[in-house]
Amino acid sequence: MKVELRVNGVSRTADVEPRKTLLDTLRENFLLNGAHAGCEHGVCGACTVLVDGEPVRSCLMFAVQADGYEITTIEGLAPAPGELSVIQDAFCETHGLQCGYCTPGMILSAHALLQHTHTPSREEIVEAISGNICRCTGYGQIVEAVQFAAGRLQKSNALRPNHVSPGHHGAGHDAPEEGVLEADAPKEIV
Amino acid sequence: MTAAPSTFRFVSSHRRVREDRRFVAGQGRYVADIALEGMLHVAVLPSQHPAARIVSIDASTALAMPGVHYVLTGDELAGATDQLMNGLDTPHVKRFALAVGQTRYAGEWIAAVVADTRALAEDATEKLRVVYEPLPFVMKAEEALKPDSPPVHAAHGSNVLLDKLFVWGEVDRHFAESPRHLSFRVTWGRNSTVPIETFGVAASWDSWRDILDVWASIQMPKYPDQIARALRIPANNVRVHHDVDVGGSYGVKRGIKQSVLVAYLARRVGRPVRFIEDRLENMRSGDAHGPERIFDIDVAFNDDGVVKSMKIRALDNAGAYAGRAPFQLGKPIGAIVGPYKIESVQYRAQSVTTNKAMQEAVRGFGQAPTNYAIETAIDKVAAAVGLPRIEVRRRNFIRKDEFPYLIPSGSSYDSGDYHTVVEKVFKHADFDAMEQERDRLRASGMLAGIGIAACLEPSGGNSSFEPLLNEKNTTTTWMDSARINIDALGFVTVTIHTTSSGQGHETLVGTIIGEVLQIDPDLIRVIRPDTLACLPSNSPVGSRMAIMLGGAAFHAAQKLKTKLVRIAAHQFGCAEENVTFASGAASDTAGHSLSWAELVTIAHRNYHLLPRDMEPGLEATHVMQVPTGNKLPENGRVQMYPCHSFEFHLVLLAIDPDLGKPEIKRYVIGHDCGVVINPHIVRGMTLGGIAHGLGATLLEEFVYDEQGHLITQSFMDYLLPSSHEMPEVEIVHHCTPSPHTVFGQKGSGESGYLGSPAAISSAINDAVSPLGISFNKLPIRISAIGDAIADAQQGKPQEQAT
Ligand code: FES
Ligand code: FES
Repeated sequence: MKVELRVNGVSRTADVEPRKTLLDTLRENFLLNGAHAGCEHGVCGACTVLVDGEPVRSCLMFAVQADGYEITTIEGLAPAPGELSVIQDAFCETHGLQCGYCTPGMILSAHALLQHTHTPSREEIVEAISGNICRCTGYGQIVEAVQFAAGRLQKSNALRPNHVSPGHHGAGHDAPEEGVLEADAPKEIV
Repeated sequence: MTAAPSTFRFVSSHRRVREDRRFVAGQGRYVADIALEGMLHVAVLPSQHPAARIVSIDASTALAMPGVHYVLTGDELAGATDQLMNGLDTPHVKRFALAVGQTRYAGEWIAAVVADTRALAEDATEKLRVVYEPLPFVMKAEEALKPDSPPVHAAHGSNVLLDKLFVWGEVDRHFAESPRHLSFRVTWGRNSTVPIETFGVAASWDSWRDILDVWASIQMPKYPDQIARALRIPANNVRVHHDVDVGGSYGVKRGIKQSVLVAYLARRVGRPVRFIEDRLENMRSGDAHGPERIFDIDVAFNDDGVVKSMKIRALDNAGAYAGRAPFQLGKPIGAIVGPYKIESVQYRAQSVTTNKAMQEAVRGFGQAPTNYAIETAIDKVAAAVGLPRIEVRRRNFIRKDEFPYLIPSGSSYDSGDYHTVVEKVFKHADFDAMEQERDRLRASGMLAGIGIAACLEPSGGNSSFEPLLNEKNTTTTWMDSARINIDALGFVTVTIHTTSSGQGHETLVGTIIGEVLQIDPDLIRVIRPDTLACLPSNSPVGSRMAIMLGGAAFHAAQKLKTKLVRIAAHQFGCAEENVTFASGAASDTAGHSLSWAELVTIAHRNYHLLPRDMEPGLEATHVMQVPTGNKLPENGRVQMYPCHSFEFHLVLLAIDPDLGKPEIKRYVIGHDCGVVINPHIVRGMTLGGIAHGLGATLLEEFVYDEQGHLITQSFMDYLLPSSHEMPEVEIVHHCTPSPHTVFGQKGSGESGYLGSPAAISSAINDAVSPLGISFNKLPIRISAIGDAIADAQQGKPQEQAT
C-alpha cells in the first residue's frame, strides 16, 4: 500500500506491504542506511530514529504507522555534506564509538536528550542512552561525548528550538559556532 | 622506561580517530548497505532437534510460492562443495554450511531458500516439510567424554576432538616438595561477543569473467582461500571486498559457512544473493558461541603463598563441529603462568563435541577463561595461607629486572613492570580508603567486596598453537602488510589488506607513517583494496594490528624515507649519513636542501637526476612477519606471542542482600600496553573489553534446556550490559615498551576483557565471604546470588560452590 512519510523535512512516498517496518522502509525504499538492524525485536536501539523529536525503535513500528509524523534519521542531523552537528562532532572528539554500528541510534538518543536539557546529569545521560546497546565502547566515551556536547551547546548562546527538523537539511540548530573550545585531553593518570 | 617517550610528534598524541567522521554521520558502509542489481535474499530453516536423521525434505510448496527462486538442501551442497576446514586432524568430523543427512544441534541450518525479498524467503521456509528421525543427544562436556555417550559424529569414533597433555618442568617433584596443595573447580559459561551487527554476506558470480565477488561482515584470516577451497575454484577467482565496514566482531565474524552457502547460491541461481543473519539465526546457529569450559586446578605452594607448580585440566564443550574451539585451548599456553613465576605446569587440554551450536574465535581466544582460573587460584592460595590477596600476587609476580622471562611452556615474555603498575593503581585508588569504604558498606548491612585481578594479554602472535596442537600443521608464517604510494603531486596513499571492525586501522597506519615521514597523518589516505589486489594479510586477530600492521606501515615508510634520503644525497653530492630528513624535507650540513615537492618531482619525473640503479616512482611495500615467531614447537614448547601487555584490575562492589544485585561502586584498571599509538583507541578498547567481561561475569550465557534447545535466543533473554550496568572506569597508565616492536607498542584489543571477569568475580566472592559461600561458576547471575544468600542465611548448603 502507498504511504506518505515526512523524513528529514521532506515528504516521500513508498509502496510497502502493511507488515513492512519503518526501519526496512527507510533503508530499502529511501536508501537511508544510517538506521541499522541489530536485533529487530526492540532491545538494542541500533534502529533508533526520532519521531516528532522522540527516540523510537523503527524496527517496532510499521511504515504505515508513521504517516503524519516528523521522522528524523541520522542523515538529517548533519547541517551540510561533510559538516557535523555539535553532537556528532562531540562523538568524534571523545571517540564515543568504535565500529559505528550503534552510533546513529546512540547519537539520535543523545540528540533527543539535549533537546530537552543542556545541563544533563550523568544519570540523565546514562538513562537516555540505556536503550541503545553498544558492544564496543563500554559507554564511557559516549557519556563523555554527550557531556562535551552539552557543554558546547550551553556555550553556543543559540536559542534552543523546541522542535526538530527545521529544514530539509535537518537539524542545523546545533551546528558548532566558530572558535568553539576543543575538548580537554581525557584525564590521564600517569 | 616508565613513560612514553615524548619525542614523538603524532604517536601517542590525542588525535581524533579518523574513521569516526563517517560513522557519526550514518555514512558507514556495512554489508547490509550493499544492494546489487537484481539481488535475491536468503533465509534458512533451522533444525528443531538437537540430533536427528534427516529422512526427507519436501520443498515443493515453498518452491511454488511467488517470488521464491530456489531451495538448497545439504545433500546438494555437499555434492558440489568440499567440507569446511577446521585445522585439526579430524577428517571424519565433517562440516558443511547446511546439515547433511543428520542435524547435530537445534538451530542447525537444514535448508536455504532464495527469494525476491527476505520476507518472502522467510515465509517460504515455513512451508518446507522436513521428516526427522530423532537421535539420542548429549549436551554436557563431561557426559560427552563417556565412552557410551551418544556420538555426535559417529564416523569419528568418539566425541573427543582433542586431548593433549603437556608437562612443562618438574611438576611431580614440585608438588611432592610443596608443603601446601589445594584443588578446585571453576566453570566458564558459554557466552560470546555478540556484535550488534549480525554476520552478513553478499555474493555475485560473473560467469563471463570467472569472478566471484564477495562483500561480507568479516574478520577472518585466509577467508578467500577457504571459500575457493570449499567451492573447488581457483583462489584468484574469488574477490573479497575489504572496504566493507564491520559492525563489531571481537573474533567471531568468521562466517565461512554463510559465505560458501551464499557464493554457491549466487552461482546456482545466476543472480547476486545476500544473506544477512537475523538475530535468531545469529544466536542459535551462526557458529559464533564462545568457550564453555570446566577447569580443574591443583596448585602447589608454600606457607608464604609462593606458588611453585600448577596442574590445569581444561575441558571445553566445543559444540557440534570442530571449528576454532579446540585451538582456543592453545593460545593460553603462551601465558599459562599468567604474570607469575610458577616454575612448572601440567596442562591437559580437552575438547569434546556435543549437540550445541559451534564455537568461533572470541576476544582473547581462550585467554579470559584461563585468566579467570589462574586468578581464582591466587585468591584461594591467599585465603589458604592467610595473606592479603595483593601480597600473594606481589610475592609471585615476575620482577621488572627478570625480563625477558622464559616461562615453562617456552614463551619468553618481552617486558613488564607489574609491581609498579600495582603500586600506581593502589595509590590512585587509595586502597586503604577503599577497604574502609567496603567495611562501611558492610556495617550498613550491605554485602561488599573488593576484587583484584592481574593478567597478561599476549599479543601479535603467529598462531603457533596450531602446530602445537596438530603436528601436521606446520604454519609459522603469519604476516601482515602495507603498501605506500607517494603520487606525483606528493600525496601519500596507503593500502592495507584487511577489514576493520572498529579498531581504527586507518588512524593507526596514518599516525605511524606520518611519524616516519614527518607529515600530517590527516593528509594520508588509507584504502583497502579487494583481495585480488591485496598483499598477504592475516586479519586483526590476537591483538596484533598495532604490532603487525603498524610494523608493516613503519617499515614501508622507512623504505621510502631511505629512498628520499638517497635521492637527496645524490643531489647534494654527500654521503647519506649527512642528510637530515625533517618535516618531509631533506638537507645536508653544507646548507643544501630539497623540499618534499622537489624530492617527489625527481622521483617521478627526473630520471636523469636519480642515482643510476634506482627505480623511478615512490612506492614501497613491506610484508611483516611476527617478531620472534620463526620456529615450530619443540618438545611441546613454543614461543607463542612476542608481546605481553599487563593489566591490573581493582573493583569495589556492593550487593544488597535482599535483591542479590551486584553494583560496582568503583572500577580502577592499571594498563601497560607499551607505547600507545592512539590513546583514544586504546582507551576505547579497554573500556569496551571491561564491559564485555562484565557481561560474561554477570549476565551473558547461552543456555540450553533439557530437550537440547537454546532458550536464550534473543536480547530479551541473552542480556548484554547497558549503560546502567557499566561503571565509570578509571584507567591508570603505565608504559613499558616492548623491545620487539618499532615504537615499543604492544597489543591492546583484548585488554579489559581478559581480566575483568576474574576481578568482578573476585569482588563478589569477597562480598559474600562473610556468609561462608563463594561462586565458582560464571556467569554469576542476580538470581544465583539472591538464592545463594537466602540459602546461606537459612543455613542451607549452597549449590553454587561445588
Ligand atoms: S533493531 Fe530495533 S531495537 Fe534492535
Ligand atoms: S560502536 Fe560498535 S556497537 Fe557501538
